[in-house]
Amino acid sequence: MSKVRILAGTRKGAFILTADGTRKDWAISGPHFAGWEMYHLKGSPADPNRIYASQCSGWFGQTMQRSDDGGQTWNPIGNKFLYDGVPGTHQSFDGTPHPWEFKRVWHLEPSLTDPDSVYAGVEDAALFHSSDAGATWTELAGLRTHGTGPAWQPGAGGMCLHSIILDPSDPKRIYIAISAAGAFRSDDGGVNWKPINRGLYSKYIPDPTAEVGHCVHHIAMHPARPGTLFMQKHWDVMRSNDAGDNWTKISGNLPTDFGFVIDIHAHQPETVYVVPIKSDSEHFPIDGQLKVFRSRSGGNEWEPLTKGLPQSNCYVNVLRDAMAVDSLDECGVYFGTTGGQLYASADAGDSWQAIVHDLPPLLSVEVQTLA
Amino acid sequence: MSQAAEIRVELPAHLRTLARVDHEVRIAVPCPVTTAAILNAIEAEYPMLQGAIRDHGTLQRRPFIRFFACGVDLSHDPVEAELPAAVASGAEPFIVLGAIAGG
Repeated sequence: MSKVRILAGTRKGAFILTADGTRKDWAISGPHFAGWEMYHLKGSPADPNRIYASQCSGWFGQTMQRSDDGGQTWNPIGNKFLYDGVPGTHQSFDGTPHPWEFKRVWHLEPSLTDPDSVYAGVEDAALFHSSDAGATWTELAGLRTHGTGPAWQPGAGGMCLHSIILDPSDPKRIYIAISAAGAFRSDDGGVNWKPINRGLYSKYIPDPTAEVGHCVHHIAMHPARPGTLFMQKHWDVMRSNDAGDNWTKISGNLPTDFGFVIDIHAHQPETVYVVPIKSDSEHFPIDGQLKVFRSRSGGNEWEPLTKGLPQSNCYVNVLRDAMAVDSLDECGVYFGTTGGQLYASADAGDSWQAIVHDLPPLLSVEVQTLA
Repeated sequence: MSQAAEIRVELPAHLRTLARVDHEVRIAVPCPVTTAAILNAIEAEYPMLQGAIRDHGTLQRRPFIRFFACGVDLSHDPVEAELPAAVASGAEPFIVLGAIAGG
């Protein structure tokens, strides 16, 4: 019988939750790396027992961990993230040039085919790759040095590279997104990059349609439709049908189109989930009512999903990497909140339950569907 | 040929967990015993601590790390300065700790 394993990163450690295919009873282990900020954990699609984890601390910096047995035991791996060559500068908050400085790893994306190959998105924004299971890391410097880098500036959460998408139909194609620079694509395995932000409109930057400077919060792609991308921007939910070359707003009837997460049903490439957040100055649901919104038409028409979610006095946030889906026949959807609740739906979002509700603030949620 | 001294080093809880050691470690450090020599020896013995006490690239002490010994804060002293004889003899530990920060 299939199993589901959730990898939850929190401000104070990592937690691993497992259940059988019914997804009713969950076993919880953790905290792993107690007291550390666990920005992201993700398993290798090619070897689900191999899990990479980003562990960091304001005191002790960045540590990386790897498990080869599904999260039962862990070993430190390489944590040396050195920018290629002379790093140069990007924009600081006040517009002055600021040298690139490594701070932490926000997102890990293991290769779809090779368990020893993994990408890391870091702050200050850059993309690193390891081909030796995390022992050593090399920057794919073409992203940072392709020309627009000096104009990038941090969002409120830092200048982080938070989204990495590998195209299953084209091993050379990689998408990434940076707050607050925008989305970028490489068609040659990460050597050369170009901004893919045409159609984005951001009124908080001097030129709302600029090539870079957009605060993209997250992007998602369904593996069966690798040319179709969905984006939750600072404001606006967006869609591209041409691998990011052009974007169209699909916020439609959402009550607010500010938010952080966006994800896609495992078996229905046009079924999309977001969690609208009131505004950029009030990072919580409207009226204290936590609602997931689902579109079954690829955007524009959205329905609120509330069964099992708190509909009063709820003032949590759902951060950009804190939603995931499983690939069981009835798609499971999961998200974690800054209030420490981890919600799961075993029926594609129709109903929800908090499978744990007093964790530290959730930074990331990933799900593995195990045979 | 330089002699080696056996130095006692106290690490903060998180780094002990990371290095999988107990409260205090003993480590051979070439003389003269300096902060840099101790950190070099610690990182060689426990490579998982590389980057956790000082920056990989600059080798500067991480901002929220402090070095104490013999009741003195050595954090701002030159890392090549010779440490007190009591540290070199092993009578007193060299203490690495996390600064009070974070509220």
